[in-house]
Parts: sequence; structure tokens; C-alpha cells
Amino acid sequence: MGFGRYVLQRILLAVPTLVGVTVISFALTYLLPGNPALVKAGALATPEVVQDVERRMGLDQPVYVQYWRYVRNLVRGDLGESASTGRPVLEDFRQRVPATLELTLTSLLIAVGVGVPLGVLSAVHRDSVLDHLARLLGVSGVAMPSFWTGLILVYVFFYLLGVAPAPLGRLAADVSPPPRLTGLYVLDAAAAGDGAALASALYHLMLPALTLGFAVMAPLTRMVRATMLEILESDYVKAAWAAGLPRRQVIYGDALRNALIPVITLLGVIFGFLMAGNVVVEMVFAWPGLGHYAVTSLVTKDPGPIQSFVLFVAVMYVAVNLAVDLLYGLADPRIRLR
Amino acid sequence: MSDLLEVRDLAVHFATDRGVVEAVDGVGFTVRAGEMLGLVGESGSGKSVTAMALLRLIRPPGRIVRGEVRFEGEDLLALSEEQLRSVRGARISMVFQSPRTALNPVLTVGRQIARLFELHQGATRGAAWARTVEMLGRVGIGEPERRARQYAHQLSGGMCQRVMIAMALAASPRLLLADEPTTGLDVSIAAQILDLLRDLGRRTGASILLITHDLGVVAEVCDRVAVMHAGQLVEIADVRSVFARPEHPYTQALVRSIPRIDRDVAMEPIPGTVPSLLAPPPGCRYADRCPRVLEVCRRERPPLLRSTTHHEVACHAVEAQRVPALR
Amino acid sequence: MRWRRLTANRLSFAALCVIALIAASAVLAPWVAPHDPDETDEEAMLAGVSPRHPLGTDVYGRDQLSRLIHAGRIDLLIALSATAVALTVGCALGTLAGYRGGWTDQAVMRAVDAVMAFPAFILAMGITAALGNTTANVAAAIAITHVPIYTRLIRGEMLKVRETEYAEAARTVGDRPCQIVFVHLLPNCVPPLIVQATLAMGFAILTVAALSFIGLGIQPPQSEWGQMTAEGAGYVVSGEWWLVLFPGLAIMLTVLAFNLVGDTLRDVLDPRMRGVR
Repeated sequence: MGFGRYVLQRILLAVPTLVGVTVISFALTYLLPGNPALVKAGALATPEVVQDVERRMGLDQPVYVQYWRYVRNLVRGDLGESASTGRPVLEDFRQRVPATLELTLTSLLIAVGVGVPLGVLSAVHRDSVLDHLARLLGVSGVAMPSFWTGLILVYVFFYLLGVAPAPLGRLAADVSPPPRLTGLYVLDAAAAGDGAALASALYHLMLPALTLGFAVMAPLTRMVRATMLEILESDYVKAAWAAGLPRRQVIYGDALRNALIPVITLLGVIFGFLMAGNVVVEMVFAWPGLGHYAVTSLVTKDPGPIQSFVLFVAVMYVAVNLAVDLLYGLADPRIRLR
Repeated sequence: MSDLLEVRDLAVHFATDRGVVEAVDGVGFTVRAGEMLGLVGESGSGKSVTAMALLRLIRPPGRIVRGEVRFEGEDLLALSEEQLRSVRGARISMVFQSPRTALNPVLTVGRQIARLFELHQGATRGAAWARTVEMLGRVGIGEPERRARQYAHQLSGGMCQRVMIAMALAASPRLLLADEPTTGLDVSIAAQILDLLRDLGRRTGASILLITHDLGVVAEVCDRVAVMHAGQLVEIADVRSVFARPEHPYTQALVRSIPRIDRDVAMEPIPGTVPSLLAPPPGCRYADRCPRVLEVCRRERPPLLRSTTHHEVACHAVEAQRVPALR
Repeated sequence: MRWRRLTANRLSFAALCVIALIAASAVLAPWVAPHDPDETDEEAMLAGVSPRHPLGTDVYGRDQLSRLIHAGRIDLLIALSATAVALTVGCALGTLAGYRGGWTDQAVMRAVDAVMAFPAFILAMGITAALGNTTANVAAAIAITHVPIYTRLIRGEMLKVRETEYAEAARTVGDRPCQIVFVHLLPNCVPPLIVQATLAMGFAILTVAALSFIGLGIQPPQSEWGQMTAEGAGYVVSGEWWLVLFPGLAIMLTVLAFNLVGDTLRDVLDPRMRGVR
């Protein structure tokens, strides 16, 4: 069956890509300055101890053996230890994933919820005031560094207007987190009926989500607008007009249905922007997520977390793109029924 | 036979960043009930634009600047968008070039036809689907129940065109506009499509405006022919007269340029190229390529005048030749 | 003719002027800047906008305008060198892959796919973290993340043109492969390359700034727009807005200018390419 082949093909294509990702990731860890055995053994260790640690870590082996060890460790979930926290990196990740997830999902919601309709309306009402505004937002939004947007928002809404909290994390200092269900404070607080935590969580989520959401919305709106414009010019839309179909059906029925399919592919690209923006936004707002963890580990000369973070994001990116491809295949009858 | 459609002085302009393109300039013709009129011309002659203009499907940067399109008595160009929508698809419908791209790729072909029955005839879902299957059968698609559930990409080019025709005839329109319906199809398939069109036209009594650049197609199936050049209509006559006794120099050149297998005649291309429609000359647009050009041709636009009962020509040279004979 | 169309659009003309202005001030920084960027003014520490210090001063009393102008040199330098290197390497790889085909092509494309599997900024983070954050390393990191774009572009063009009868004819006439590539095939690729490179400049600047902001890029005492924003970040909560606004504005205007010029170039040089990046 045609679609089965498509799915298989996509999955098979992902495999060499993942292998390539591990190779690059390994190269980056291999290239790290300094001797990891030295770091592990401690500054006071004698050269013999360091050599012993080296041998145990397999650092005296040839490259391809080390690579094999690296991949094997990955599969077992061993990402090494964090020198700053003293815990396995995987543990640290697990603890910080919910914060990143909460921020990413909320930003995605904002970006898609505002960006897609805006792009569609912009295309439908071409050259209207809305269109010009949307295009302005798109063009300038793409050029704005997200850390700048975040800081400006903090200045305006925290310092000037006082309606937002200081950029110091996920909750006010005097509010304790709700009992952990998912790790997403908003959901957990709602589930536990903890009004104070819910309010505080939302209050603190506001600016970071707006910053990241806006950063991602700008390219998304441009892409959606372009797609919709192209489809509005297509032959089948012209035929629909000629057949006397009402305007609402032609635009929001026929045209939109076709436009939403390529928008699915856009979501894959958007995810890349999201993860990149995540790091910066987490730093601006002291949001205790993965990116924040990876970057702050560098301050303590602990290089492990950042490379694990890079690998993690890449694997997620490949997975998301695969999922997007499969979803696209399902949605488009030209692929689903080959 | 009564006139179903009467077009008077239709003009369509396009605003480009290099100036205004006068794509259609004062075109006028009639279509009678039950006949098939062929609208012929080179690419760029404005024939497709004319057809789109009849249904007011011209979008910016295009604009219908003047004219009257009288369909069953009403001027279509004066109707509101709301009123016009009830004409489109129901009383006048259109079949497009490249059938595959003119069909919505994400809807089944059956759905695309059925919803027209629902829209124009107020049919229920079930009734609409039944009529769809029946219609698909009538346009010559085998296993119509199965095909109706398929998508455009699963059908061949010829089948797609049949689906388009089914869509166009769903609401039993009085007039069908067929824009290059056979371009891109195999010769044998094209012949079948043409026969289908003529057949359906005869059986339903609908008139068909067939737009094409292919004179051979016109000779096959049309009752009358209108010839366009550079946005202007130069000759209208019944098909026999156009081929046997063409009067306008352009038509004559066109007819002469058809390769013949029965006679050993050299191929005669028409000299020159179509003039730019950006800053068109004030007079006849064929003047620069015309072997019979007169001084007045460059100054004044020749009006479309009747030469015999069913033969109209727009040419100063032809006029000049005739007038003394009348005296 | 093309030059006229580029300047006819007022917005893109303004954008070109902005780029020229920034480039000029970067090159002529020592003469254009009103003060020495490292000079401290004890009478105006953390002072706001004033005639003497049009963009304010930082906590050490350094004139922000002068620092901004000097910082621009680094940003532009890195963006330019990264783009140039990526262009060269990308074209070489793409030509190789497209022209040779077979295993060479497969190998190059797998490598390209692997690099593109990382979001560009994330990969740049990893590379600078691994190599250390010197100016050269930052430029190299950005270059590496940009190479795939050019490789794919050139390879695409190569594949298209390789099979045409034009190339076939050139081969039969006896042109050497090198000749075919440079004389016949590459000229076709120039327009999309120019467009892509212009847009890439904007991305490069954003990447440098973001890397420096989080501490993985340019470090003090070298000043850079993103790094200046990071220094000013702490003061936003106490109301000293000028430390953050102006460097960020500089980034935004520069990137915007490159994007506008790139978009216009795309419309002028190849209307067929009008898609969205």
C-alpha cells in the first residue's frame, strides 16, 4: 500500500540522520577543551589517579571505540554526570523538562493561535490595514532578537506599568509549587484546586510565553500568509468561484482546507525556532528549564550538560519532523491514497 | 433562434507596474440558444479573459472598464455580487483548462459535484449523491459509484476533464463556457471530449462558447466561429464560411497557415508578432502585419460590420472593397 | 536596469542606506565615535540620554554610542566572514555532490542532513561550547550551520543543469569538466546565492548576538551588541532602559535592513523564487 511505503520510507530516512546526529554530538564532546578525566578525578588527584580514571573512562581507546561507548551509554540513558549538581545529567534533565515543556507549549499555543488566523486573514484581505499590520509585525518580528523583546516587555510591563512580575522564575517567592502530577504548574495547580499557585504560575508564565510566542509567531504568520495567497490564486479556487459557491465556502472551506496541510509541515520548522528561542528566553526570565540548566552549567566549567542538551534537542527535532511528515501524509489524500 | 447571450463593447484592462494592458478592447458578439460558438485566437488574444469577464471573474489588477453582457435579457455586469452568484454555476458555468489543477485535491470528485446539486437545486445529501453518480455516468465515466469516491490525483487527465464537465452541467445551465478544454489531452481523448461536449449540448439544449487556439477543434464541432486578435474581435461567421471564404486578412492568414495533407502547399506563417497591449495603436491592431493595410487602418478602429446575413467583419479594406459594389 | 529596480522601491533603498551607514561607521569607528569606548566618565555613571552621551552611559561611565559603534565592527565582521566561508565551502561541496553524483553525492548529503537535523542556533551553541568562545570560533560555528543551505542550493542547480542538453553539448564539444562547471553551470546559481547570502547575514548577526547574550559568544572586554544587551539586562528592573534598548535596536535595524534588501533582491533577480524562508 502506498501510504505504508511512505511511512516506512520516512522512518528509514530518520535512522541515518539520527546516526549522523550522534556522530556530530560525539565530535562536540570529543572536542571539549580540557581533560574530562581530570575534571572527574578532581584538581588534587595525582597523575597516576588521573591516568587510571582515563582508562576507566575509556579515554585511551581509539576514536571509534569511544564513539561506540558513547552511543551505548546514550541508549542506556547515561549522559554522564553534572559537575555542578553532582547528579546524573539525565536526572537533572528530568527535573527540568516540565519547566521547558510548559513554556514551549504555551508559546506554541500563542504562536499558532494568533499566527495562523492572522496569516490567513492577512491573505484573504490582501492590502487591507490588517494585512499591512500583520506584514509589519512579521517583517520586524523576524528581525527582533528574542532576548531584546523579552527585556523590553519586562521594562514596560514590570517596571513602567507594574502589571507583570519580576523575571525571577516560575512562581512568586512565597508561593509553593502544587503537588507534582505533570510538572506543569498550571495544570497541576488547576488539578489540585490550588488557586494561589495557579494564579502565580500563570502570572509568571505570561511574559516569557509572550516573548517566545511572538518570536515564533512572526515567521509563522509570514509563511501562512504566503501559502494562503498561493492557494487563493490556484485553478481550483477559480473554478469554485465560477461554480457559484458562496464566498465563505470558497475561502474558509476549499482554500483554507488546502492551506492547512502545508501549514502542518511548518510546525516542524517552528519547533526548531521554538527550541532555539527557548534557551534565550529561559535566560532572560531565569526560567529553570533545560536551556537555563545547560547554559548555567558552563559557568562552572561543566561542559557535559550543554552537549547533552544539544543532542536532546536534535533528537527531539528529528522526532517532531518525523511526526509532522506522517501527519502530513495522513492529511493529504494525494499521499494517503497513493 | 433567439439570442441567449449578447455581448456589447466589452473592455478589460489590467494594471501592471509597467502600465495598463488593454487585454480586451471593445469586443461584441452574440451566442444563440443551442449553438456552439468557437472563440479562436492566438495566445494573448484575450479570449480567456473575455470568458472570465462574462462571469465577472476578473480580479484585481484586472478590471472590466466598460461593456454590457446581456444574458437572457439581464445585463450581468450590472448585477450585484449576490445576484451574480446565483447565475454562476447554475445558468452559466465554466470548464477550465488543465482539469487536474482545476479540481480540488483534498475533496473527492463526487463531493465536488454533489455540493453543487445541494447549492443550486436545494437537493439533500442523499439525492445530490445519487444525481452525482448519474451525472458521472452520463459524461462517460465507467463505475461511477467507485469513481465518485476517488480524488483528482487518482483519475487520468481525460477522466478529470469529464468530471469538470459533469460539474459544469450539474445544474443544467443554459450556457457553458469551455476554456481550452482539450489542451494537454491526448488527441484521441480530446476528440472524445469534444464529441461529449457537442452531444451534451445538443441533448440539454445548452449553448457552448468554446475557447481555443486550435482551428481544427473549431472545424470539428462548432456552428459559428468568432476570431480574436490582440484583444479585438475581427470576424464572426458560421464555420463553413470562415474556412471556405474568410474575409478578414487575419482569418485568411490563419486558415492559410493550417498545414494540409491533401495539397502540396508551403506553410505560411503570419509575419510579425502580436502588438504590445501596453500602449496599443489607436487603429486596427492587425495593421502592422496586414498585407492589405490602408492609411485609415492605423488611425481608426474598423467597426464590426455585417457583410452577409451571418458574416461580420471588422476591416477597412474589406469595407472599402464592398461599398462601391452596393452602389 | 536591475539596479534601478532595486532603488526604485523606497523601502529597500532606505535599507541599503542603513547597511551602508552601519558598514561605514564600523569601518571608520575610531573616527566616527564621539568618545573612546573604554574611556570612563566619572561624572556620568549610569546616566541617561544627554547631549554629551546621546545614548547614555553604563555603570562605568562609558559612552554607549561609542561602544555601540565599535561593537558593530565585531558583529559585521563575524557575520561577513561566516557568510563568506559558508558560501565558499557550501558551493564547493554542492558542486562536488551535484556534479559527481553517486557515493560522493550520498556522503555529502548525509552529512548535510545530519547538520540540518540540529536547529542552527543550538548547533552553534554546541560548537562554541566545545571549541571555546573566541571570535574565530564563533564565526566558524555560524559558518558550519550555514553551509548546508548553500550546498543544497548548488547541488540542486547542478542536478538540474547537468542533465540538460546544453551541458551534454558542451561535453561532446570537449570542454573539460572544470570549464563546464565554471563557465556554464555556476552562472545560473549566482542570483539565488546572492539572495540567500544577504538573508544569511541577518541570521548570522542574530546568532552572534544571542550567543553573546547567553555568554557563549563574544566576551568582554570585546564589546558586541548582544553582549552589551546582556550587561544592561540587569538594569532593566531598576529602570535604566537605555542600556538594553539601543544595542537591541541596532541589532534589529541591521537585520531588518539585510532582510529587506534580500527580499527585494529575490523579487528582482528571480521572481520564481518567491517563497518564504
